[in-house]
Amino acid sequence: MQSQESAIAANRFGLGARPSDARQIGTDAPGWLKAQLDAAVAIKHNVGRPPGSAVTLKQATELRLARQQLQRRQAASDVPLEIDPDMLREYAQFIARRYRDEVGRRSTQAITTDQPFVERLLHFWANHFAISVDKQPLAALPVQYEDEAIRPHLTGNFRDLLMAVEKHPAMLLYLDNQASLGPNSTAARAARRRRGRELGLNENLAREILELHTLGVHGGYDQHDVTELAKVITGWSIGGDQGRLRGGGAPGEFHFRPLMHEPGAKTVLGRRYTESGLEEGEQVLSDLAAHPSTARHLATKLARHFVADEPPPRLVERLAAIYLDNDAELLPVYEALIDAEESWQAPLAKYKTPQDFVISTYRALEHTPDNPQQLIGIMTQLGQRPLAPGSPAGWPDTAAHWDGGDALLKRIEWATIIGQAAGKQIDPRALAGALLGPIASAASLASIRRAESGAQGLTLLLAAPEFQRR
Amino acid sequence: MLSRRTLITSAAKLTLLAPFARIAGAMPNPNARFVLVILRGGLDGLAAVPAYGEGRYRDLRGPLALDPADTSNGVLKLDGLFGLHPALTQMHALYSAGELCVLHALATPYRERSHFDGQKVLEAGGIMPSTSAGGWLNRALTVLSEAGDERQGIALAASVPLVMRGPFSVTSWAPSRLPDADDDTLARVRELYDAVDPMLAGRLSEALQARELAGDAAAGQRMGGRGGQAVTPLVTAAARFLSADDGPRIAVIDVGGWDTHANQGAAQGQLANRLRALDQGLKSFKAELGARWADTSVLIVTEFGRTVAANGTRGTDHGTAGAAFMAGGAVAGGRVIADWPGLGSGDLHEGRDLRATLDMRSVFKSVLSRQFGIDDSMLDEHVFPGSKAARPLEALLKA
Repeated sequence: MQSQESAIAANRFGLGARPSDARQIGTDAPGWLKAQLDAAVAIKHNVGRPPGSAVTLKQATELRLARQQLQRRQAASDVPLEIDPDMLREYAQFIARRYRDEVGRRSTQAITTDQPFVERLLHFWANHFAISVDKQPLAALPVQYEDEAIRPHLTGNFRDLLMAVEKHPAMLLYLDNQASLGPNSTAARAARRRRGRELGLNENLAREILELHTLGVHGGYDQHDVTELAKVITGWSIGGDQGRLRGGGAPGEFHFRPLMHEPGAKTVLGRRYTESGLEEGEQVLSDLAAHPSTARHLATKLARHFVADEPPPRLVERLAAIYLDNDAELLPVYEALIDAEESWQAPLAKYKTPQDFVISTYRALEHTPDNPQQLIGIMTQLGQRPLAPGSPAGWPDTAAHWDGGDALLKRIEWATIIGQAAGKQIDPRALAGALLGPIASAASLASIRRAESGAQGLTLLLAAPEFQRR
Repeated sequence: MLSRRTLITSAAKLTLLAPFARIAGAMPNPNARFVLVILRGGLDGLAAVPAYGEGRYRDLRGPLALDPADTSNGVLKLDGLFGLHPALTQMHALYSAGELCVLHALATPYRERSHFDGQKVLEAGGIMPSTSAGGWLNRALTVLSEAGDERQGIALAASVPLVMRGPFSVTSWAPSRLPDADDDTLARVRELYDAVDPMLAGRLSEALQARELAGDAAAGQRMGGRGGQAVTPLVTAAARFLSADDGPRIAVIDVGGWDTHANQGAAQGQLANRLRALDQGLKSFKAELGARWADTSVLIVTEFGRTVAANGTRGTDHGTAGAAFMAGGAVAGGRVIADWPGLGSGDLHEGRDLRATLDMRSVFKSVLSRQFGIDDSMLDEHVFPGSKAARPLEALLKA
């Protein structure tokens, strides 16, 4: 049987209780959470390892170019060429296969982890720094991106996290910075001379750094700052593609291209940055990480994620102050969140996202689906295709976005399928106690008890208001 | 959050005003239907509706410029200044038949360049990107219900977009591949929600109503395309809902994928493909709706336009004013409505964006007042608070 504290630790801070969690958590729920953070600090894995995403990107690029060549040959020929259709499909198949593997890896980790709080933090930051797999070739590497840019810095300093994300090829490609060109850069001037072509800035990444990743939309910047930051990060690109990005740098890895970089000093948020190539952008990001608006923005999002859609203002202030006092270190902020009284209030205030709902269901059943396609299918039906928020803002973190009637009915329909598949082997009354403890309402427990079968009982448990929230 | 207290006050105020909620004079059409299509991501208005007759058009657009009318793959001519993107053949046919209005150089009151705030302003119907008061369509539905019209609104989406969110109950529907839950289990879940969770109880009963309305035709319909982005399945479902005599009268549909920062293409390419899907969707919608098309208007809008000039990566960045479309049998079409600000360097907003000369709320208000008969003062103060200066457009809809 769960205590209220352990139920909150497992469901709100974690990714959903497993039947055996109560024993693991014991009587010190905050201690259980903090021990996970300590373990994460000790691991620090992936740092310094050659990036897997570079290999993936290189493969994707090669397949894409091969397809392009075939298509060009076909287009240039008067007679239909004998081209193996499989060769034309190879690129798309590669992407689709990689996407399935990535979703499988991510969800297996989420369903089986003994450090579900750390995993929730990973999901939180991955959503804060969202990329979306509906842009190619990102579907091939969304989890590699998380593992390389985000996981190593989860318990570190936000400055390092920010730096790793903005330099990661996945983010550069997602927000179009790899080909953004300083209007007065050597490369732009050469293009103008040679072909009379006007090439220049793309301000997409710069805008989202300010609006979404650091200061927040009302964080005190304007269009001038966006344009200036876009100039600052010109040249932040990737190695070894084609066209403008041919050569230079290892294929698929971050590569600073000085010839694309806008020369001269720039002014962002009133501070002047003298020309210093790559370091210029690093300096701006470092300053942004230490900005009070960033502290407030991150504190608001964390409190919204862990406490309530409308986060208590005093908690937000406290977290923001701790962030600033500790020079953007994240660990003290998490600890304050764990120590906050507001984090332990019942009833459960957060309506689960489809991802929360599906992952917590599988954790409750201690079952990992054999085929990731199952997970992709159901999450798409429930309105959250894995890793495809469709926008750099990531998935919304408030109930208003997720509590639509049609989506709720679909959750119940899926719970019916799961009930029929798994309900015979388990006792749903015992499971309700093990997962939710005193948080389960008397009405829910009575409804589960009165169910006509184990299957229906499990469906009612999964549909219960307390299981729909965390 | 809307506090309980303000909720009650506004409801009381509505009841008080209800007898005046109808306009005098022309009676609204009791069969009127309205679909709001929100293109999320910022449609490039100058790609959809190029001002090809402007001298500076080709220079500014560079690789994105479309060829002149009467060339192959050139713009579809509307008049001497404006054309439609060559992918919009159905819209062009509707325009020629007098059933489509093109609106240009319009914007919401929002003047920054965040998608997310831009959409909030569009949907909340105010001046600031606030979500606390819900959406303007929800307020409009409240007004209509206070005046005795209980027919609902529906969102063709798994969750209700902000524009229709609020105290008035609306339904939502999205294509499903899941088998229905059995009646007994559903009844037990309803009973449980009724006992302990009024919010979930309300949502579930709305959803069951919508399922009933959608009927067998919609059951098991495949979700076309990735992430539910395909237009045609959604609009045909919308048409089925709206063609029922006792069904909803107002629908909202979201279509994503318009944020074209890089390689957006010109006559062909990613944006052309999106536009073609939208254009085909409109055709399917009209076909599915049948005779009810005569009473219907479809308004297609986006949160903001994009930069006039192409950016450094053959795309466009976030801008200000853009284009919108209004189609349907109820529309006085065959016209371009634009107080054209021009593309000269002095004409542009902050030297880069198309300047806004028309407040999008004027278009919204035209629909609500002319088609649904909501009183102007109600629109000025309640549905779009503080919008008195944005007058409804005359003659956007047929008399």
